[in-house]
Amino acid sequence: MEQKAWKPWALLAPSLSAVLFLLVIPVCFIIVYSFWLRAPTGADIPAFQFGNYQRFFADFFYPSILIRTIRVALETVALCLLMGYIPAYFFYRTESRHKSIFLILIMLPFWISFIIRTLSWINILGDTGLLNHVLLRMGIISEPLGLLYNEGAVLMGLIQYLLPFMILNVYVSLEGIDRSLVEAARSLGSTEWQAFREVVLPLSLPGVSAGCLLVFVLTAGTYLPPMILGGPGNDMIANLIFKRVIGTLDWPFGSAISVILLGILGTIVYTYNRYLGINQIFKTFQ
Amino acid sequence: MNSGASTPQTPSPSEPAPKGPPAPMVQFRGVMKRFGKTLAVEKIDLDIEEGNLVTLLGPSGCGKTTLLRMVAGLETPTEGDIFIRGRRINDVPIHLRNLGMIFQNYALFPHKTIFDNVAFGLKYRKIPKEEIAEKVSRALQMVRLPGVEKRMPSQLSGGQQQRIALARAIVIEPDVLLMDEPLSALDENLREEMRREIDNIQRMLGVTTIFVTHDQREALSMSDKIVVMKDGRKQQEGGPEEVYNRPSNHFVADFLGHSNFEWGKVQEIEGDRIQVRLDNGHTLWAQTRGERGDWKVGDAVQMMVRAQKFEVHPRGEVEAADGVNIFEGTVIDRSYMGGEVSYFIDIGEEREIHVISMMRTLIFSKGDRISVTVDPKHCHLLPADDETAREAETKKAG
Repeated sequence: MEQKAWKPWALLAPSLSAVLFLLVIPVCFIIVYSFWLRAPTGADIPAFQFGNYQRFFADFFYPSILIRTIRVALETVALCLLMGYIPAYFFYRTESRHKSIFLILIMLPFWISFIIRTLSWINILGDTGLLNHVLLRMGIISEPLGLLYNEGAVLMGLIQYLLPFMILNVYVSLEGIDRSLVEAARSLGSTEWQAFREVVLPLSLPGVSAGCLLVFVLTAGTYLPPMILGGPGNDMIANLIFKRVIGTLDWPFGSAISVILLGILGTIVYTYNRYLGINQIFKTFQ
Repeated sequence: MNSGASTPQTPSPSEPAPKGPPAPMVQFRGVMKRFGKTLAVEKIDLDIEEGNLVTLLGPSGCGKTTLLRMVAGLETPTEGDIFIRGRRINDVPIHLRNLGMIFQNYALFPHKTIFDNVAFGLKYRKIPKEEIAEKVSRALQMVRLPGVEKRMPSQLSGGQQQRIALARAIVIEPDVLLMDEPLSALDENLREEMRREIDNIQRMLGVTTIFVTHDQREALSMSDKIVVMKDGRKQQEGGPEEVYNRPSNHFVADFLGHSNFEWGKVQEIEGDRIQVRLDNGHTLWAQTRGERGDWKVGDAVQMMVRAQKFEVHPRGEVEAADGVNIFEGTVIDRSYMGGEVSYFIDIGEEREIHVISMMRTLIFSKGDRISVTVDPKHCHLLPADDETAREAETKKAG
């Protein structure tokens, strides 16, 4: 019989070409651009030189933004995990008939534009915003608190954006845990807490691991919350790229920063999978 | 967290048992469970003696699993009390009950080695490490899987996993072993082997066991006592032979084994022999065995005969001997089952009976006119106004 090896490829062709034309080729362009020279006239000169990369590491200014990005991303991951595991666990254990409604509520924020949601924090945290207004009226404070344009506000914006990703990842993983495992653990003499620690927590790690990675990568590449809610000192690496490319039209340098970010995130994801990918074993056991 | 309080202790009778000593191992007193508006278990009274294997048998939704889960502490009774060793356990948290539980789907911890699975319960019992290792290896020997300590559950077959689950449950020396359909996930051949395994281990350890199943063969072959349940109610309680041979109502007779039912009226009583005029026109003798002998002439009864108790003969080849019921019929369907032959026989008046014949030398075919005999000893009488019989009739009619 004739081997029809091309058939699966034919089926994959539409998505593969989308990935190729919309992702792979543009990324190649960016990489090529990052070696170009920027002429004082404003036109870019094709070249192969590492000047843009040298410029990034020339002083501590740019790397410090990179370090801040990673720090903020790690903080976001930690806060999302803490704030996300508890509701996910609640959804897993609840016997409420309204469970599906809870899950829809988790997705509800996605129905509203991310920009609008981020901007709405200004109305809540701003000097004339809801919170300050109420506090002033109640006489608790005499002048508005500076709640906006700092790292706290940025974190809040990031969390409200990314928390659902964490909850859903952890929840899916929890839902895969057979409830009779908890019952077995309890009948063998463990308390509710011990059963959680010994059985539920380790078996939910694949979801935790996937959720953390997703939140980390999304935070590291986002620019809206720092741009809208952050102050001048809260820029993250994506803001820097935005400013170079859109602001000063310095495509070669913006491309170089992009490639650096891509390289760092790629290394992190690779390492993470290499060492924490071990958790996938739990999945295969189920 | 107070680890001291969470260590299971040997239960000491804190309350006197309702009955005098020695108290049964497990007692149910008016136990009832409601889920919202549905009544899952209705007023169950039941005693389970120490060392016995008691089966809760019934169709799905009969409340047998709920009853088991209430012993385990996974459900709380809406009403009534449960006692273990004479101690009321309604409010004792699950982890302090000292019970071993076996689940249908094995419920082994997939991320732990076999050793850690079996040792799980021992960790919470303040047992020195060396002793734990020793107990685990002894438990694994008992389930005939020595040396698998370092493997993961996924590396074992379904039958082996259920053995590990058994080892995990018995290693903690539970007061009561609870088994929730432990064999139903296994395939036919393994099931029989595992059933014998459980039976042997249970007898060897003498551990009181409550076994939930919907499989009558499992129940009949391994139980000291069978509790037949339906719609949350106990239908009959007794030894396997008692429940099989002297079912208390239509449901029990129907659920265990292949039974035929015919309705009729008592026509004549001669000592322990009762003549019944059936609605299908036949007149048959039933011989009571001392029990339920309080029939009067004119009583409406149902006669139950097991399909295996009929004998089929070519028509006219048997003489109507005294004391043997004989009637005629036509084979309307036949299935050859290897060891036996199953017939459906038209006996007139639009009634048909199911006969399972062990006789392999003479096989009748569809349309053959035959004679059927049955010993009065195997004709069992039940009151006709039995509720479960009426339900069965309306179901057939509908």
